[in-house]
Amino acid sequence: MDFLMSAGALRSSRWLTLHAILVFAFLYLPIAVLIVYSFNGPGVGGFPPRDLTLDWYRTLFADGAIWESVGNSLLVAACAVAIALGLGIPAALALDRAQFPGKAVFRRLVLLPLILPGIITGLSLLMLFNEGHIKLSLLTIVLGHGTALISVATTEVFAGLQKLDRAQEEASLDLGANYWQTFLRITLPNLKLSIIGAALLIFTLSMDEIAVSFFLIGRNNTLPLEIWGRLRRGITPEINAISTIIFVFSLTAITLWYRLRKAEGTTEVAAELIDTAG
Amino acid sequence: MFTRAYRTVITMPPLLWVSLFLLAPYLLMFCYSFWSLSASQTIVHSWSLENYRQLLSVEVYWQTLLRSMWIAARVMLFSLLLGYPLAYFLSFRAAARKDLFYQLVIIPLWVSYLVRAYAWKTILGSDGVLNTLLQYAHLTSHPLDFLLYSPFAVVLTLTHIYTPFTFLPIYASLEHIPRNLVEASHDLGASPAQTFWRVIFPLSIPGVLAGATFAFVLSLGDFLAPLLLGGPSGIMISNIVVSLFGAAYNWPLGAAISFCMLVLVVSLLFFSERLEKKWIFS
Repeated sequence: MDFLMSAGALRSSRWLTLHAILVFAFLYLPIAVLIVYSFNGPGVGGFPPRDLTLDWYRTLFADGAIWESVGNSLLVAACAVAIALGLGIPAALALDRAQFPGKAVFRRLVLLPLILPGIITGLSLLMLFNEGHIKLSLLTIVLGHGTALISVATTEVFAGLQKLDRAQEEASLDLGANYWQTFLRITLPNLKLSIIGAALLIFTLSMDEIAVSFFLIGRNNTLPLEIWGRLRRGITPEINAISTIIFVFSLTAITLWYRLRKAEGTTEVAAELIDTAG
Repeated sequence: MFTRAYRTVITMPPLLWVSLFLLAPYLLMFCYSFWSLSASQTIVHSWSLENYRQLLSVEVYWQTLLRSMWIAARVMLFSLLLGYPLAYFLSFRAAARKDLFYQLVIIPLWVSYLVRAYAWKTILGSDGVLNTLLQYAHLTSHPLDFLLYSPFAVVLTLTHIYTPFTFLPIYASLEHIPRNLVEASHDLGASPAQTFWRVIFPLSIPGVLAGATFAFVLSLGDFLAPLLLGGPSGIMISNIVVSLFGAAYNWPLGAAISFCMLVLVVSLLFFSERLEKKWIFS
């Protein structure tokens, strides 16, 4: 980074801009290639792209196995959201407000899957299910995703709680409402944005998850595992087509999520997430 | 302030769940690492240090672990080199377009990891986009075959994937720097370079540490990019674990390796957190 040291502000500014352009190019090159070649007649590879066609999308829409795996993934993601929120909301409340023995250890343990390579979470659960004689299926994947993603729910809701105005809750308690009424009528509505944001994030992460699922898969594939299976057999533009479709969906989800975030007045939640995990 | 019932309801379910599905599996992994296989390939629940002895004595495990750490270290370095100046640019120079650029950095995070690794494969392959482009432009006459199925391909792909992860905490720490500190430094006659190295950079160290840890730890445990793009020379430690849990069928040995990884990762996290705290308070 000697350009920062030696050069004047203007010149360093130009370097920084150039650097930023190159990094963005690096980040978007594979995504652009992916999309372009989903329309490429002769298939993936070869330059320049030619014979633009929608054939690969037609093949894709006729491909039953892919759509079955999409259905499985949607089901798993919905269940993972339910589990992660169902346990993450109380966990965040506990971390924010309750004192109990082992709180520090609990906090670290809940957040660990956020930074732990998926293989460790996946394998340790595989051993648990093996010892418990539980057959691998979509259910074991749901348990894996749900457990790993409690970390996301907890950090998101915890961040929401930290910003919450406690006076409202105290007023509610002073005015004679009990804890449950206060929780349902004051705390929960105030956390609405954090919870929706967490749900979107968890849903997308689960849809994309492969390292944990890799070890917990039964007979039914999730979408990433179906794609993985096909990749091992060779490159096919069908994968570009389905990836392009997912990209469009993710883009919609992220735009939605970002709007929510902005409404709540913070733009760096992902960073917060990583901060809390450290 | 809280009734006992309320406290029980918010603490017990997550505590129980986490104990059953996180703590117990890690402990079980620890137990497995001492068990062994019988002649008929069933797992024997008797305790010995045999797996760990094997880990220490068989060279290929060591070599692969070292290679994985070397790959992870390069990914970490490149992610920092790409991520830091970008974060600095956004935080100090992008002004009104900050939000837009920020979104542009995180959008790739939402594209499937697997799909991006696959895209690199279609770019780097011998009849892939890059090679055919080079030949189309008459820059090369034969496909370059070192691009794919090499540690290079793994480092490139993982750098692509973890650069946004490294960027995020660095950006957050830069954003938290009070701007009047920077102005004070300018007013007192420091050059932009001095301001950067004496004021901004030291204050961003916690973000750098968090980002570096993220890139290193996550790429250390990766097994999909090496399987897809690494070839025989790009095999990483997790690939050995995967094969021990699959075709090679030796769960106890696989458990021993993964438990070592777990210990390595947790100590790295502990160490980086310590370093961060020390830095903040010094």
